[in-house]
Amino acid sequence: MARIVGIDLGTTNSLIAYMDSGSPRVIAGRNGRTLVPSVVALTDNGLIVGDPAKEYLVRSPERTIYSVKRFMGKSLADVKEELRYFPYRLHEQGGVIRIQIGDKTYSPPQISAMILKELKLRAEAHLGEEIRKSVITVPAYFNDSQRQATKDAGMIAGLEVLRIINEPTAASLAYGLQKKTQGLIAVYDLGGGTFDISILKLKNGIFEVLATNGNTHLGGDDFDRRIADLFLKEIRAQHGFDVEPHADTMQVVRLEAEQAKIRLSEDQKTIAAIELPPGKGRFRYELTRDQLETLTMDLVEHTLGPCRIALKDAGVAPAAIDEVVLVGGSTRMPLVRRRVQELFGKAPHSDLNPDEVVALGAAVQADILSGGTQDMLLLDVTPLSLGIETMGGVMSSLIRRNTTIPASAKEMFTTYVDGQTSVDLHILQGERELAKDNRSLARFQLKVPPLPAGVPRVEVTFLIDANGILHVTAKDVRTGQTQSIEVKPSYGLSDEEVERMIGESFKFAAEDLKARQLIEARTEAEAILKATHKALGHGGRLIRPEEIAAISASLAALEAARATEDHRAIRAAIAEVEKTTHHLAEVLMDSTLKEALENKKVSELP
Amino acid sequence: MDQTHNIPARRTELQMARSMCWHCQSEVTGEYFCERCVKVQPVSKELDYFTCLGLPRLLNIDTEELEARFYKLSRAFHPDFFQNKTEAEQSISLGNSALLNTAYRTLKDPIQRAEYLLGLEAGAAKDIRTTPPADLFEEILALQEDLEEFRALTPGRDPGEVDTLRARLKADYESLQQRQHEMEARLFELFEAWDTLQAREGQDAGVRAKKDTVLKEIRDILSNRTYLRNIVNDLVATLG
Repeated sequence: MARIVGIDLGTTNSLIAYMDSGSPRVIAGRNGRTLVPSVVALTDNGLIVGDPAKEYLVRSPERTIYSVKRFMGKSLADVKEELRYFPYRLHEQGGVIRIQIGDKTYSPPQISAMILKELKLRAEAHLGEEIRKSVITVPAYFNDSQRQATKDAGMIAGLEVLRIINEPTAASLAYGLQKKTQGLIAVYDLGGGTFDISILKLKNGIFEVLATNGNTHLGGDDFDRRIADLFLKEIRAQHGFDVEPHADTMQVVRLEAEQAKIRLSEDQKTIAAIELPPGKGRFRYELTRDQLETLTMDLVEHTLGPCRIALKDAGVAPAAIDEVVLVGGSTRMPLVRRRVQELFGKAPHSDLNPDEVVALGAAVQADILSGGTQDMLLLDVTPLSLGIETMGGVMSSLIRRNTTIPASAKEMFTTYVDGQTSVDLHILQGERELAKDNRSLARFQLKVPPLPAGVPRVEVTFLIDANGILHVTAKDVRTGQTQSIEVKPSYGLSDEEVERMIGESFKFAAEDLKARQLIEARTEAEAILKATHKALGHGGRLIRPEEIAAISASLAALEAARATEDHRAIRAAIAEVEKTTHHLAEVLMDSTLKEALENKKVSELP
Repeated sequence: MDQTHNIPARRTELQMARSMCWHCQSEVTGEYFCERCVKVQPVSKELDYFTCLGLPRLLNIDTEELEARFYKLSRAFHPDFFQNKTEAEQSISLGNSALLNTAYRTLKDPIQRAEYLLGLEAGAAKDIRTTPPADLFEEILALQEDLEEFRALTPGRDPGEVDTLRARLKADYESLQQRQHEMEARLFELFEAWDTLQAREGQDAGVRAKKDTVLKEIRDILSNRTYLRNIVNDLVATLG
């Protein structure tokens, strides 16, 4: 069976991992970093993803997308509270958020697909084979629409998503594999944009989720905003300058807020410094950990409610939890650790890298699916109750939250009027009494034969599969005929749209590749120019003047090539520089300065 | 649980939907898989949950054993282990897992287990009235009036009056809780009684009638329990 990779598609960072002879391993990029920032920049030269895209957050904020996970499976109304924090423009079409960049619009799954493609390329380069199959993690509290959107993203990226797996449970797999733990564990997962709590029972290789809860809109981003809001207020007070209309400075503020928060996990106080636009001066602010904790206390408290509900649903007292596992970068905050410790009455575990443990677990699950690991089995649950709207706009629950998946429920439907030919069904997800307070998943029409009222009997089966995704089938009980149901998702891309986006993705793949090659060639050219100038400075006197002339000419040619859009020309010019500097390199080889040239290869640059 | 009961209904192996393998048409004699072609077999949707999990139809069950059986069958059926198989096998695995999960969830909880068993034995207990007995009914009515009064109180009212009413509701709450505990204790006594009768099934002629009596009382308590639980929840919500 073809290899299956495990992917953690995070709000802030994403990772890809695979099973390497029995142990999961995260794949690092050329820079040695395992984290790929979940940032996509659409530049004049094409698409850039990850670390290089991060630079564009400030350079072209309105064309650089970050935290797109917050928009997956959401409508515009769902996120209107936080729109002011995002420099890029959003609108809605067909119940799906669209991100406007220049004259193009992208759905969140398309942006996520760009990140997935980057990860796919990274794995293909590392493993030397094509990657087509994947396991992708999602927050446990993601609803059906958000899961479906993640699956769509995989498809658009050319990845078959064999399984959508919950992040805290993925973490428990990696944790359980390493620690051989038995008993009850609580996984507290506070990431960049989402919060999950899962209570699991680990016994003889079975990982049974007893209950899960969370908030798909609570994470590190929200902590950053609290700090950023303070900075904005202080900048206004100290400098009389309103940053909000300036998207680039807003990004600087946001990034500095994030950095200050990270530093305060180690230090008791930190200095935040922000360069304001010309003439506005430099903002400098000392932030203490106490101050940060006062600013964000309520956010941490917001995570404890779901913890208590999960414990109650699991029928477990906090003291009965054997181990508490921390996942997600935000759990590095001392306040979070303190409050979690107080709730469970024991020190949480954090000896596994909280940034990598989810991806590692996804790789373990991938290995299970490919038939590798046989002794571990994850029994997960559905986080939200599933039901249908009944008379009077009330939700009637069919599958309760925290039911082990796969789960199914059957419901019989009939008609109220003679000759009625269809019954309308509205599928909901959530815990509230009234239909309107819950998440609308889909609406569809059940076809019924025209008969006297009450005579038709149509049995509808609602099945939640192991991905937590709903499938609906209907059967006419009298004839035994099954009917296919066209479910129109309330907040999701239609199948046709996904198809179109897959097509576009392949069409743009060539363009994207060209853009990528150009960016890489340019980066390499810049490095070589710099290194050669440096080598000439140090070793120029050791070679003949005509050699220096040849080198200078080749450098000028490279400068010229770098300005073009032709990556082949740049590569040729690079080769020419390498040829003309051959002797210089040899001469330098003996000198203590030889490193200057050896370092010129971009592949060896950090 | 007392393991010495000799239960005729006991099945140790899982019942298949049909005795012929859907794939190779040979007779299925293995537990969950065809012995000849090793294909997974669909579990019958009509199968009761006790049989599905290979447990006797009793109200007190060994939860450790239930869990062990659930885990074993999960390992046999879970879709994770059918990723490389045909679509037909994947679909069977999905259906079997969903059924198994429902069966386990139902039997794990003693109340759900009893309600489920009542449903299975419906023939014996279906003609039972499900209205609460008169004394409970009156108690609940009186309480609901108090609750209404309490909710209608305006903030500007005499705090003494509020306190009196609150104290009365609190006393009601405690007495209802006491009643709930008594009901539960009686319920578990009846579970024991049912299980003993179940073990004697077929041994003497009066067992069937005795079983019916026990089931009726269980059903009464279960429905009263629901009444009570709703009003207690109401109380808790109002008193805060």
